[in-house]
Amino acid sequence: MMTSAKPNALHLGILVVLAALFFVLPAYHVGAFSRIMVLAIYAIGFNLLFGYTGLLSLGHAMFFAAGMYGFGLSTNLGGLPVVPAFAIGVIAAGLLAFAAGYLALRTVGVAFMIVTLMFAQTFYLVILYFGEYTRGDEGFIVQQAQRSLFGVDLTSETARYFTAFVLFAICFLVMARLVQSPFGKRLVAIRENEERARMLGYDVGRLKLMALVVSGLISGVAGAAYALLFGYVGASFAAVHYSIFPLLWVLLGGAGTTIGPLIGVIFMFYLIDVSSGFTNAYMLVAGLALVLLTLFAPQGLAGTLRKRALRWLP
Amino acid sequence: MAAVSILETKGLTKIYGGVHANTDVDFTLQRNKITALIGPNGAGKSTFVGMVSGRTSPTRGHVYFEGQDISSLPAHKRMQLGMAYTFQITSIFPGLSVEDNIALAAGRKLAHDKPAHAAKTETVLNRIGLSARKDQYASDLSYGHQRILEIAMGLAQDPTLFILDEPTQGLAESEVDAFVTLMRGLAQETTILLIEHNMRVVAKTADHVAVLEQGRLLAAGTFAEVQANSAVQAAYLGVPAHV
Repeated sequence: MMTSAKPNALHLGILVVLAALFFVLPAYHVGAFSRIMVLAIYAIGFNLLFGYTGLLSLGHAMFFAAGMYGFGLSTNLGGLPVVPAFAIGVIAAGLLAFAAGYLALRTVGVAFMIVTLMFAQTFYLVILYFGEYTRGDEGFIVQQAQRSLFGVDLTSETARYFTAFVLFAICFLVMARLVQSPFGKRLVAIRENEERARMLGYDVGRLKLMALVVSGLISGVAGAAYALLFGYVGASFAAVHYSIFPLLWVLLGGAGTTIGPLIGVIFMFYLIDVSSGFTNAYMLVAGLALVLLTLFAPQGLAGTLRKRALRWLP
Repeated sequence: MAAVSILETKGLTKIYGGVHANTDVDFTLQRNKITALIGPNGAGKSTFVGMVSGRTSPTRGHVYFEGQDISSLPAHKRMQLGMAYTFQITSIFPGLSVEDNIALAAGRKLAHDKPAHAAKTETVLNRIGLSARKDQYASDLSYGHQRILEIAMGLAQDPTLFILDEPTQGLAESEVDAFVTLMRGLAQETTILLIEHNMRVVAKTADHVAVLEQGRLLAAGTFAEVQANSAVQAAYLGVPAHV
C-alpha cells in the first residue's frame, strides 16, 4: 500500500506556500492569486469527474453559474446574509448536477459531452430569458455591504485572499482525501475500465452520479466564492467557454492528480497575463502552449512529473 | 444443508436478429465442482455465460442462483450475490498497479475493513505468484501475467460461483499447467464454470462437462461420458451421429 506521508507533506507544503505568498507578492499578484485559488476550486471539482472518473462534461459552467447565481440572487433579491446565500448557491449546483447527471449519464462518450453541453446552454439561455432578475449579459454587482462575514468586510485585499485561501484549502484537502478513499479508488476503476468495474460488482451508474454531484457541488462553491469575493454575477460565466476553461486547466496541470488543477490555473493565468502584455494575439500564445504541451506532456505538468519521476504523486 | 445445485437455467434463450444464439437451455450447475462448458466456435457458450452473469439480457427464460430468480437483476447485483467473472478478452485496469487491481477486486466487500482488505490482497498476490510485481503497472505485465492477474481478481472476490470465459486462451504450455493446478486447488472452496477450448485442460480439471452446439445443450456428464457420446463426436468431428 502506498504511504501517504509524502502526498500529505506536499499538500500541506503547497498550502503553506500559498499562505506565505500573500506576504511576499506585490498587490497585483496577490489579487491574481485570490482569483487563481477560486478558479482552482472550480478546476478541482471538474477534475474529480474528468481526471478521476473519466467523464468529460462540457457543461460544467452551469454548476459554476448555479453557485454564482444562487448566491448572488439570494443576497440581491432575497437580502440573505453571506452564509445562507452561499449555502443556497452550493445546494443549487448540487441539485442541478443531480438532475443533469440523472439524465445525461444514460449516455456515454461523445453523447455525454453533447448532452451536458446542451444542458449548460439551456441554463445559459434561462439566465438570459429571466433578464429582469438576472440582468442577463450585463450581470449585476453584489454590493459591498452584502459581502461581509461576521463583521469582516470581505472586499478588502487581505480578507479576500484569505477567504479564497481557506475555501481552496478545504476543497483541496477534502479532494486529496476523497481520491484515496474507497470511493475515489472506485471512480478511478471506472475511468480505467468501466465494464471490469461493473463485473467486480460495483454499481457503476450510482458511482458516476455521485461523482458528478460532488463535482457539481465543488464547482458551485467556486461560483459562489467568485460572486462573493469579486462582487460580480454575469451570464458570461454560464457561457460555453466557462465549461471549456476547467478542461484546459486540468489538461495542462495534469488530469487525475490532486495538484494538477492548481498548477493548470496558475500556468494558464500567467500565460495569458504575460503574453497579453506584449501582444493582442495572446490566445494564439495560449493555443500554441497547449499544442506543445499536448505533444510533449500529454498527461499535463503534474501527470508528466508523476510518470517520469514521482510515482507517489497523488 | 445447501442444495446440490448452485445455479439453474430454465428455457434460457437469446435471439440476435433472426439468429438463435441460445435456444431453451436448461442447465444445472453442481455446487463445489468444476464444470466445463465446451462446444465448437459459435456454439453460444459466451452468450450463455453472458446471460448467467447479467452482461447479456436473455430474449426469454430464467436464471436461478442459490434458488433465487436473478433473471431481472443487473450484472453488478449478481456479482454482489457471490459471482465472479473473467472476460474472454483480458479485462483489467491497465493504468493501475497489480496490487491496486487486486485491491479493487477485494475491496467491494472489504474496503471498509483496512487490515482485512490488505491481508486479502496480499494473500491473493502470493497465491498467484505476482507479489514481486505488485508495484508494476498492469499494462506492463506480459500477456500471460495479465491473464493470471484477471483470474486473481476473480479469486480476490471470494466468489461462490466463479465463471471463467476461456481463461487459458493464448497462454504458454507452462502457464496452462499452472492454471490447471490453481483450478484444482480452488475446487475445494468454490464452484467453477469454465468455458474452455483446450481439451487437455478440460480433461484435467472438469468434474462435469456440458456441451453446447448451435445454441442447444447437446450433452452433459463426465469427460469420459461426453467423449464417448456420438452426438458430441459428430458435432466436433463432423461425423454423422448414427453410422
